Amino acid sequence: MNNRQVRSRGRQGPTGGPADEERFESNLGQRHRTGRAWRIAFQASTVIGIIALMALLYTIVVKSAGLVAVENQVDPASLAVDGVPVQDQTKEQLLTILEEHLSSGTMRRLESEKPFAERSREEVYQLVLDRVVEPKIVASWPLTESLLNRQAIEAEVASEYPNASLQFRSWLNADFIQSPQSSQPELAGVRTAILGSLWTIAITILIAFPVGVGAAVYLEEYTRNNWINRLIQTNINNLAGVPSIIYGMLGLAVFVRMLEPLTSGTLFGLADPTTANGRTILSAGLTLALLILPLLIINAQEAIRAVPNSLRQASYGLGATKWQTIWHHVLPNALPGILTGTILAISRAVGETAPLVVVGVSTYIVADPSGPFSKFTTLPAQIYQWTSRPQDEFRNLAAAAIIVLLVMLLSLNAAAILLRNRYSRRW
Amino acid sequence: MAVATRAIEATAETANDPAVDLRRRRRPGESLIQAFLFFCGAVSILTTIGIVYVLAKESLRFFTTQGVSLAQFFGGTRWQPAIGEFGIWPLVIATLMTTALAMLVAIPLGLSVAIYLSEYASQRVRSILKPILEVLAGIPTVVYGYFALTFMTPLLRSILGRDVVQIYNTASAGLVMGILILPLVSSMSEDALSAVPRSLREAAYGLGATKLETAVKIVVPAALSGIAAAIIIAISRGIGETMIVAIAAGNGPAFTLNPLKGAETMTGHIMRISGGDLSFESVDYNSLFAIGMLLFLITFTLNIVSQRIVRRFREVYE
Amino acid sequence: MSTGTQLVRVTAQPHLAGTPTSEMGHNGDYAIETHDLSVYYGDFRAIKGIDLPVRRRQITALIGPSGCGKSTVLRAFNRMNDLIPGARAEGQVLFHGQNVYAPEVDPVEVRRRIGMVFQKPNPFPKTIYENVAWGARINGYRGDMDDLVERSLRQAALWDEVHDKLQESALALSGGQQQRLCIARVIAVKPEIILMDEPCSALDPIATLKIEDLMRELARDYTIIIVTHNMQQAARVSDHTAFFMIDQERAGTLIEYGPTTQLFTTPYDKRTEDYITGRFG
Repeated sequence: MNNRQVRSRGRQGPTGGPADEERFESNLGQRHRTGRAWRIAFQASTVIGIIALMALLYTIVVKSAGLVAVENQVDPASLAVDGVPVQDQTKEQLLTILEEHLSSGTMRRLESEKPFAERSREEVYQLVLDRVVEPKIVASWPLTESLLNRQAIEAEVASEYPNASLQFRSWLNADFIQSPQSSQPELAGVRTAILGSLWTIAITILIAFPVGVGAAVYLEEYTRNNWINRLIQTNINNLAGVPSIIYGMLGLAVFVRMLEPLTSGTLFGLADPTTANGRTILSAGLTLALLILPLLIINAQEAIRAVPNSLRQASYGLGATKWQTIWHHVLPNALPGILTGTILAISRAVGETAPLVVVGVSTYIVADPSGPFSKFTTLPAQIYQWTSRPQDEFRNLAAAAIIVLLVMLLSLNAAAILLRNRYSRRW
Repeated sequence: MAVATRAIEATAETANDPAVDLRRRRRPGESLIQAFLFFCGAVSILTTIGIVYVLAKESLRFFTTQGVSLAQFFGGTRWQPAIGEFGIWPLVIATLMTTALAMLVAIPLGLSVAIYLSEYASQRVRSILKPILEVLAGIPTVVYGYFALTFMTPLLRSILGRDVVQIYNTASAGLVMGILILPLVSSMSEDALSAVPRSLREAAYGLGATKLETAVKIVVPAALSGIAAAIIIAISRGIGETMIVAIAAGNGPAFTLNPLKGAETMTGHIMRISGGDLSFESVDYNSLFAIGMLLFLITFTLNIVSQRIVRRFREVYE
Repeated sequence: MSTGTQLVRVTAQPHLAGTPTSEMGHNGDYAIETHDLSVYYGDFRAIKGIDLPVRRRQITALIGPSGCGKSTVLRAFNRMNDLIPGARAEGQVLFHGQNVYAPEVDPVEVRRRIGMVFQKPNPFPKTIYENVAWGARINGYRGDMDDLVERSLRQAALWDEVHDKLQESALALSGGQQQRLCIARVIAVKPEIILMDEPCSALDPIATLKIEDLMRELARDYTIIIVTHNMQQAARVSDHTAFFMIDQERAGTLIEYGPTTQLFTTPYDKRTEDYITGRFG
């Protein structure tokens, strides 16, 4: 309790004792101080949140580029012919180098993949680089160190990796996006992962959008508030809170296992009988569709509810049926809201990893997915796999992949915001 | 009766016009569409039935064919299927630890942010902060897992010592999970706080209360049911979270109360086992579903409790 | 029996038929009539025992203090009450000899023939042309749509103002124009009866007068039933007036129904007189 004395003004209170004013004012200073202290605490919390976000972005950016020490298996200088460096040699000279350094088995395999006659000079040169020179990254440093501590790094490279040259590498580059997966970090790229993500999301949208909007229309327009419709509504709200890994288990048991003939493609005769199983893009897409369905439905319901009732009344008054009213008036007006909600649900699906790992992303595939019955990997799954590897270089790859993923999500969300603004301005 | 005769007169006048038939027209399209839409709504019910059925069936198989008793499941402290040990506690404790740590971060910070946004912040600050919170909420969990492993763990190790903190530990995972859940707590709490009508605040100010006193002693209690619901949902979210713990917390079940050591949570375990080579008849497969059933029951119960709290204790202000 | 039914009997006599526009329906031709109509919202009875025969091609006004159920009566004619969950009707509404509430009757069919104009103009967020054409199109109109749109807009006294901007958004029109557009939209589906639920209450006085003039024009071809809380409007515009009030159980009942001139100058019921002279309302 504050014992600060307040000088009496000499006025008497109603009971004849010291004026009550004095007793009221005495702790105001402390109350304000406390208020200020807590206000700072609240502000500090928000600052902590912002700092966390900054730290996260910093970590990713820092790992995505930096100095690398590169050792070549074969020194390219040694491949020079008659003083012509390897990068200027003709296709025939390059082919000779290949034959000299690679086993005949490897040459046969390369020939069957794509005949040398069809390959351009650049492609053959690339093969020489990849398979003969074989650059290997032996060490890497994060961006900040690379920029600030260059001397120290150079010294370290000179002493520990005498055969290596120091290069600056951004792990996120055009090759990264276009190359398929590889066990060697230098060559690995996210192409298979991006394509896998795109295929999976396409199936997810194809299924979740009509079913989700249909369910929302049913609950908002056809419902008669009896017990079964209330049950459906509560059920949807509960499903939205189920952990995503449980959806993965559902997908594993139902789509991958129970419905294997369907999801593996054997039902349609499209699958390779020796390697086909239910762990395909179709299963993944279906699982994700079930996952985002509650979200989509809830959003679509809100959009439909926002359509003013006077519009429906006008339509019914003209002798329109229920579906005519919905199709011609309710849905067109609710569409911007529905689309925004759909895009948000899709962003969620794009970032999901756990359910897909359970359903069965492939840990190592190089071929691009060719259809809904292909094995697959997705971008978040790829990030997970790379992060789990012990070598440092894979963390760099993961960082670069994260940037790609975040850019994808940012564009999706920007599209949603644009949509929302554009349509809310119109009416 | 005069009314009756007049009625007959009237019908004679309005005439049974044969060209006007008000009878129900067959509209097969409408019924078909309605059936399709009902099916869409029913898909959600099918999903829940699917989840419950699948989890129950395999869990049952686990308990019956593997000869694991419920007592063993809930009593044992080691989870090593290879040698027949099926005690769930290592996994549960790891889950509880990460979730508790996450709540230690998310709840105070989330509530503070919510109070700040709702009671103190100017419109300009709000327009900057709210998008930031949305961004935080939209970052995929795998990215948070990466962050936990590559930033939080080295940070902890440099602060507390490399031999004290293992490379995989539940502390980093828990702290980062807290950051993940923070936006959820803050947005739900802020909704609850905003729903408190201005008149309550004005009444408090009118009595000479400071902003802090109004916020903490009047507004927060008035929004308590919404805040309680937010906290429960946050807990449920933490329990069900997978990627952060899978990446950063640990690679094997460990019965430990030390957050600086590695341990595997229920979700992390499910993911690790199912991500590998899994035969559908193996004990591994069935045991996953038993764990999954427990996980589902816990989160489902929490969600229902949260809804009940909102419904029963929803404050009536007017 | 309530005084209401007795008055109906009395006014059915020829010598009380009034203004010229009623000569066409002079010999007791009724477009639609209710028999002992009650409407319930759940357990609550909103209107009770309404017997209201509406004369063909005349304007009938429903008046009464707010909350007396006149809108409910109006919406009972075209089964718009069905859209409110928990609403049900007892009694009969006879239209072409059929009870509109019979189980085999399709409300969609009813609503095409009995159109409705609402209190707040609610044109569709489409072009002016589309607003008028849409109703006809979904009801299977096969003829020349441009012609139909023009005729409907002319009948609604809107053609001159919009004929050169048919492809513009209907929402760009003024309130009065929007309401006339809503009338045109209803006309396009060729109803027999047009129900109007306080059609001018959201409009300014000039727009109101335009709509009132329009109503008298339309009454040559259509039966019009209008709900209004503006007594002067009822007196200006209608041929017959029905006065409603709520009873002790808060159910709306028909107190008096007769030719407008008679009801407003020499009402039979004291309650009618009190309302008209403004003693309550």
